[in-house]
Formats: sequence, structure tokens, C-alpha cells
Amino acid sequence: MTRAAVLTISDVWKSFPGDTGPIEVLRGVSLDLPGGDTLALTGESGSGKSTLLHLAGALDAPNKGQVSVLGHATHGLGDSQRAALRRDHISVVFQQFNLIPSLNVRDNISFQARLAGRGAPEWCATLADKLGLADHLTKFPEQLSGGQQQRVAIGRALAGRPALVLADEPTGNLDEATGDAVLDVMLYLVRETDAALLMVTHSKRVAGRMARRLHLRGGQLV
Amino acid sequence: MQLLTMVIGLALATALWSGVQAINAEARASYDQAARALGETQFTQLIPEEGNTIPTETFVALRRAGVLVSPLLEGRLQLDDENYQLVGFDALTAPMGLVPNEAQQQVDIVSFFAPPYQIIANPEDAGRIRGLTDATVIAVDTVSPGVLLTDLYAAQAMLVRGDEVSRLLLLPNQPRNGTPPDLKQLKLVARSPSQGNDISRLTGSFHLNLTAFGLLSFAVGLFIVHGTIGLAFEQRRGLFRTLRALGMPLRMLLVLLMVELLFVSLVAGGAGMVLGYVIASVLLPDVAATLRGLYGAEIDGTLSIRPIWWAAGMAIAVLGTAVAAAGSIAKIIRMPILAPAQPRAWALLSERRMWLQGILVLALLAVALIASQLQGLVAGFALLGGLLLAAALALPIILSLLLFLAQHLARAPIPSWFWADTRQQLPGLSLALMALLLALATNIGVGTMVGSFRTTFLGWLDQRLASELYVNARSNQEAEVLQSYLAPRADAVLPIWNIEARVAGLPAEIYGIIDHATYRDNWPLLEAADSVWQRVASGDGALVNEQLALRENLHPGDSLELPGAWQTIVAGIYSDYGNPNGQVIVGLDALVKRFPDLQRQRFGIRIAPDKARALARTIRDEFGLPAERIIHQAELKSFSVQIFERTFTVTAALNVLTLAVAGFAILTSLLTLSAMRAAQVAPLWAMGLTRRRLALLELLRSSALALMTLVLSIPVGILLAWVLLTVINVEAFGWRLPMRLYPTDWAWLALWSLIAAMLSAAWPAYLLSRKPPAELLKVFANER
Ligand SMILES: Nc1ncnc2c1ncn2[C@@H]1O[C@H](COP(=O)(O)OP(=O)(O)O)[C@@H](O)[C@H]1O
Ligand SMILES: [Mg+2]
Repeated sequence: MTRAAVLTISDVWKSFPGDTGPIEVLRGVSLDLPGGDTLALTGESGSGKSTLLHLAGALDAPNKGQVSVLGHATHGLGDSQRAALRRDHISVVFQQFNLIPSLNVRDNISFQARLAGRGAPEWCATLADKLGLADHLTKFPEQLSGGQQQRVAIGRALAGRPALVLADEPTGNLDEATGDAVLDVMLYLVRETDAALLMVTHSKRVAGRMARRLHLRGGQLV
Repeated sequence: MQLLTMVIGLALATALWSGVQAINAEARASYDQAARALGETQFTQLIPEEGNTIPTETFVALRRAGVLVSPLLEGRLQLDDENYQLVGFDALTAPMGLVPNEAQQQVDIVSFFAPPYQIIANPEDAGRIRGLTDATVIAVDTVSPGVLLTDLYAAQAMLVRGDEVSRLLLLPNQPRNGTPPDLKQLKLVARSPSQGNDISRLTGSFHLNLTAFGLLSFAVGLFIVHGTIGLAFEQRRGLFRTLRALGMPLRMLLVLLMVELLFVSLVAGGAGMVLGYVIASVLLPDVAATLRGLYGAEIDGTLSIRPIWWAAGMAIAVLGTAVAAAGSIAKIIRMPILAPAQPRAWALLSERRMWLQGILVLALLAVALIASQLQGLVAGFALLGGLLLAAALALPIILSLLLFLAQHLARAPIPSWFWADTRQQLPGLSLALMALLLALATNIGVGTMVGSFRTTFLGWLDQRLASELYVNARSNQEAEVLQSYLAPRADAVLPIWNIEARVAGLPAEIYGIIDHATYRDNWPLLEAADSVWQRVASGDGALVNEQLALRENLHPGDSLELPGAWQTIVAGIYSDYGNPNGQVIVGLDALVKRFPDLQRQRFGIRIAPDKARALARTIRDEFGLPAERIIHQAELKSFSVQIFERTFTVTAALNVLTLAVAGFAILTSLLTLSAMRAAQVAPLWAMGLTRRRLALLELLRSSALALMTLVLSIPVGILLAWVLLTVINVEAFGWRLPMRLYPTDWAWLALWSLIAAMLSAAWPAYLLSRKPPAELLKVFANER
């Protein structure tokens, strides 16, 4: 049974200006990601994984080709429409966690959901519970360990039940045991919310936990 | 970029300091002129024992004996029905300050000495006499009404007085070895400069207050220099660490830094001095003259530099830099070479600092409290300093509490993030905000002080000089003749007879007055018993001035002993600004009964205002009374008002300058923080806020902080003015200036500071709204 694609990337090209002419990072990348699917994106450092993730998250625009989220093509959108798309349907988990330092754990978790107008206190409380953060709700990010911070980031990503979750090496900054625990709860919650997950990683082991795997090399998927 | 902000910050601080100095000097000059115009001379004068003229031989004899004198000829000059007091002076020997600065500027020295000569007059008079005389007429604001200034020879010609002079001014700097001339033999009398003049005392107080504010502005400048240097060092932390890690010895790094700082402070200080000069002279043409005096005399069109003034300015810049840099340098010495940069660690650290600061605030308040219980000027200044520093240090704490409150009142996610984030940014902005607080408090304080001063002074002029004309006759007989002459011509003639005496062991004046509506309606009573005027008139009570009352702790109902074992009761207390001595007012009859040979020379004349000028002229013409013995109250008043208005322009300029500097401090802090800001706003952007929205929020943040600071600065400013007017002034001069508040000024100030805050936030906000997504994405890049 195939479901409608949450994310569609077709023949996307992306280059950055370099010292000696443009650097072609992506050369015609295409992929489909249906709801409920989990996809691992692997590749060498500098192969363009983050770049592709940013394009998928409507954070940046391709030079050529199309990116659509839930059927909305991102290239035709203005700044504010693109921001609205991110706010309502896309969540990103970063390697550096990138929490809001001035807000406590509870407010960090509920932030994007409330921005999107989908703040649900019970669901947030459930999330915090499952993430093992129930005792830390009034703490601030800098008072938490790396693993705890990443769990807050995951909670924030899923609080609004987005259609698309993007994660850029979410366990890259964590030791193996912590990383595995974080990954477990993340996959569990993604399944729970029926989101599509695109995860960038360079760990074979982590990639192995995903339903599908793609490898980026020479600007193309193999 | 950092270098630029540092140079600009330092330059602005120095400009502020030198600008305030210039403005202060200008105010001083204006008031001196006002005082002079109000009939005062600062010079000892030699006047003839008898008659009105001094023969030239006497003048020559004095100069031969090595006495430095400058001749003056005064006389009445009638031009088209109006009488003027023509004063001829010798421009070559006249002492500095005899002629207004502006006049010196406008007069061309060659035509001044040669026919048809030049006449300098008040603009109103100048308009009137233009065309009535061959001489070129030059209008100068600061010349007293009714007075015409011209060259001595011109005056002798116009008055047809041969080669006579009427007075000789004894110059202030006489050669040491000269033998004092035998005045008796020359038939001359020396008259000292008018002493105890109310107005000069009053302005003395004003100078003191302005000086206090000059210091304050300097403190604002120091804050800013400290802020810019601290931030510049903070930004280069990484570079320093790398240099140290690469093996550069600490000592070498420090020497290099100090050389750099010295260089920067010299360049910036010089630029600041020039900037201060330019700003002040562009904003206020009036100041130009004073400035030239400060920065160097203009000779042949070139600006010769007065080294002390410049050295002082540079020293301030260098010292300010040193003080401001000390903390940052200490930090570098203690900085571990390998510790990673941790931009977020400061949040926790600053909480501890907040507590320390709170304790410091309490300590300063305690000092202020102790100082307020002590006597003396030093204690007064300690009170002022303690309060100000406490207010500045308390600002971040109070703001933090307010923001905490706002955050918890906010429901929606963006507002609650906004307040929380603003609160978190406080440590980085607090220095700039403190500078803003001090600048605003200074503004409010200056406004309150100058305004109160003006209102009080003018009101007091109104009250104390209620009569239209004041006459001081040359003798008791002349006064009697004048009074009977005036009785049918004026609405009322009010004798003001007095004796000099000692009251409570100190010199004082005792005046006798009659009961008249003029006093009842106008006299500025601070405290009074029932039916005070009847009691005074009937001899059952006395009025004492505020100075005497404060000194002797007198209140209505207390008994008072006057000379001649005269027991009376205090019926009231009146304000008597500027008088250093005690003064007592009693009923005229009672005073005459006890002191029959008192001076009976002074009296006031009540008459319809539009007839006052004509009557004054009549008295001058009929009795040959010199102009300075008749004071025309209305002219005097309008003249003082004019001078006060000038001070207002000057204070306005000062305010603009301090606000600009505080605004710049905010700008530099925001720019420095903006690198860190990107990391904090990028996640919000990723979560679906547009860059435009984020930039607007940044603008809003600065405005909110500025507005909160403004609201807090109002009580601080009022407190400041209060300390100056009622504590320091009383300590220094023995009388209290009543304080008045000007809320509309605050509204304007609020508007201006809001504009300043928005302007300073506009550039960083614009940069944020234009930041390419790639830049924001760098925040999330894994390799760091
Ligand atoms: N904003 C940018 N400007 C210039 N080059 C960039 C930019 N972002 C990424 N790159 C370059 O694109 C390539 C791919 O980067 P990235 O997608 O971050 O790789 P990965 O995440 O796979 O390690 C790298 O060579 C990087 O230097
Ligand atoms: Mg990457």
C-alpha cells in the first residue's frame, strides 16, 4: 500500500559560490518520502547531506528542480509563505540541539506547536513523560545534559504532530549509549505520530534502524 | 569594525565632555554678562571725590606711577527725544569682560577708532538710533537697554566734553612692585566692585549645579568607553587565545594591546575634541565666542591652540580608556589558554553578578543615607554620587524583574519568548542601558533644575522688584526732594530705608517699609503668621529672610533680638535668593524711631508700566541722576528672560548630545551582540518565523528597553534635581530653590529616546532582515 508523498524532491541541483567558481553540491537528486516512512541519508562528510536536508525543510532554495512538501511546491513561495509551511508542517532536529536558551523545557517543547496554533498541553505532557523529561520541565537548556537536550529537541519537533520530521545527525554529539536511547524514543514517537522522517547520519548502525537508506555521493543518490 | 566603534565611542564621549565644558563656560559667560548688565561692575573704580570728571592729568599721573587703569566717560546723550547713557571706553586698555564678547567679534577695530566711529547698542535701541547719528550702529544682544558703548574719543566728541573722563577702572592685574597711588592727593575715591549682589550669587549657584551636571555627563561618557572597550575585547577573545596558544608571551600581548589602546584613545580623543567644538559651535552660534576663548584665541584668522585645554581633553580620553580597559585586561591575564569559548555560560554567571550588584546597590544607598544625615558640601556630593551609582547599578536588576513579570503575564508563545529573551540579553546591554539611564536622568535633572531656576528667578524678580522703578538717591536730601517731586506724578512712592547692623552676631541689613498693597500682593513669603503685614507695619513683628531663618532656626512666633536691645517677634519668613547675609524687614516708623539717622535714599515707584520709561527719563533729566541709580524693572526683566532663553538653547543642545551618545552606546552593544543573536534567532526562523518578523521584534525590544529605562529615569532625574536644589544648594549657599516639575518635557524626552533607541536598533535589525538563509543555516552546521 503506497501512501501519498509528504516530501517530493525531483531533479534538484544546488551549488555554492566558491573561490574558483561555483561548487556543485547536488547534481540532480530525486526522492519520494510518504507519510509514516523513515529514510536514512548517508554519505561522506561534505557530500551535501545537510544541504539536501535544508532544501527539504524549505530553509533554502535549490538552483534547479523542485521540492514539494504535502504537495506545496516550495520554489514559488515567498518568504512568509515558506515560513508558514515550516511552522505548520515541518520540524527539524539538529545535531547541536539548538534549543531556545531563554525558555525552560516545557516552553521549549510546546513552542513550535503553539506557533502553529496546535498547542496541546496534555500531548506535550505525555511527550515529556515518554522522553523522561517530566522532572526537568522547569529547567533551562543549559542545566541539562546533551542527551536530555536532544530529547527536548525531539519533543519540540513532535509536539505539533508535523507531517515531516527532518533530523541532521541527531545523535552525532552524543555517546553511543545515550544516542541509542534517544534514537529509540525518537523512532517510537515518529511512529506514534505517523510522521515521515528523513534522517541524515553517517553511522551505519543508525541507518540500519530506518526503513529505507539512501547514499549521497558525487552529488547524486546511489 | 570594532576599531571603528571603539574610536567613535571614545570620540563621542570626549566630545560630550568637551561640549559640556564649552556649554558650561558659555552659560557662565552669559550670566556674568547678565549680572553686569543688571548694574554690576566687577572692577574697582576710581571716581572723583567731587564733581563728575577726572582731568586727564590725573589719568596720566596714575599711568606714570605704573598703575594700570582704563578710562571711562559717561554722559547723557539725547537722540530724538530719548536719553541714552553713552559710555566711552578705551578699547586698548579696557579689561577683558568690560565689553561683551559678541561686541568684540563684530567690531572692526579700525573703524571703531576713526570717525564716523561705531556705537554698540542693544538691538532695540540700535533700531531706534540708526540714522540719528553719523556713527555706524552695531546691535549686540548683551548690551543693557539704554546704554550705548563707543570709543572714548568718540564719546568725548559726542558729549562735547573735551578730554575729560568720568571714571577710571582699576585693572585686575596690577604690577606687583608699583607703590599704591595716593588717592587723596589725586582727589579720587576708590569704589569696590558692587558687593553681595544678589544676581551674581544666584548665578554662582547655577554654575555649581551646571558643573555637577558636567561631571555627570563625563560619567556617562566613561560608561560608554568602558562598554565599547569591553565589547571590543570580548569579540577578540578568540584571537587572543589563538595568539597565546601559538606561543605569544602574555607580556608582549599586553604591551601590544596597551600601545594600541593608547593610540586609539589619542586619535579618538583628538577627534572628539574637534567634534565637540564643531557640534557646539554649529548648534549654538552664541557659544562660538566662548569656544574660541577656550580652544585658543583667534589671531589673524588662525586658530591657535590652547595647550592646557587640549591636554585636559586628551588626558580625559586616555585616562577614561585606561579605567575602562583595566577590567578587560585583567580578564585577559586570567584567561586560560585552552578553555573553549562558551557563549552561553554568561547567563549563569550573570545571575551571580546580579546578586553582587544588588548588594552593591544597597551599600551605595546606605552610603547615601549616611551622607544625607551629615552636613557639608562633600556629604552632599557623596549623597548625589551614591544615589546615581546605585540607580545605575539597580537598573538591570529592576529591568530583569519587570521582564520576568512581563514574561509570566504573556500567554502567546512569541510574546513570552520575546520577554524571556530580552531578559536574557540584559547582561550584554546593561552597560549601554545604564548609560542611557544616566543620560536621561541627567536630561530630566538639568531640565528640572534649569526650569525651576528660571521660574523661581523670574517669579522672584517679579515679587521682589514689584515696583516699576527703583531709585537710589545720592543723599538723604535728594531723596526727600525726589519723593515730593514724584508724589503727584506716581501711583505710589514706597520708601525703603535701611540700616546695616549685626543680627545674631552676623552682619545683616534691616529695612523699614510702609504697609502697602504692593507688599501684600507680591512679597514671596515662605511662612507667615496671621495678619503678618499689619503686624510688621505697626511695629509688632519682623520679617526675616530664609537665610537668617535657616541659620538661626527661626519660625513665625519666635522672638528675635535686633540691635539696640530691640525685642520683636518673627512674623514671617521670605525667600531672598542669592543674598549671603541676613535681612530683616520691620515697620518703617518703628525703625525710624530707633535709628533716626538711617539711610533714607532708596524708594520704589509704582506707576503704570507704559509710563515708567518716560518717568525714569524725566528723573534723569530733571535731577541729573546717573542711570545706574534708577532701575527700570521691566527692561531688566525682559533682559534676564532673554539670557535665560539662551541657557535653554544650550541645555537643549546638551540633551541632544547626551542622548546621541547613549544611542550610540546601544548601537555598539547591539552590533556586538548581533553575532551572538544569529545563533539565538536561527532556530526561531527554522520553526517558521520570517526574518522580517524577527527584525521587527528586535526593534521592538530596543524600544521596550529604552522606554522602561526612561520610566525609571524620571524618578532618578527628579531625585537628582532635588538633591542639587535642596541639599547641595543649601549647603553651598544657604538657601533652597523650590523644585518644579515639567511633565511635558518628559513626554518629549520619551519620544526622543524612543527615536534614538529605534535608530540605534534599526541597522542591526535591517541586517537581520536581509541576512541570507545560508548565513542562518551556518548556525546549524555541525562542524564548529
Ligand atoms: N553556505 C555555503 N556556502 C558555501 N559552501 C557551502 C555552504 N554550505 C555548504 N557548503 C559546501 O557544500 C558542501 C556540502 O556541505 P554539507 O551539505 O554541509 O555536507 P555534509 O552535511 O554532507 O557534511 C561542502 O563542501 C560545504 O563546504
Ligand atoms: Mg552536515
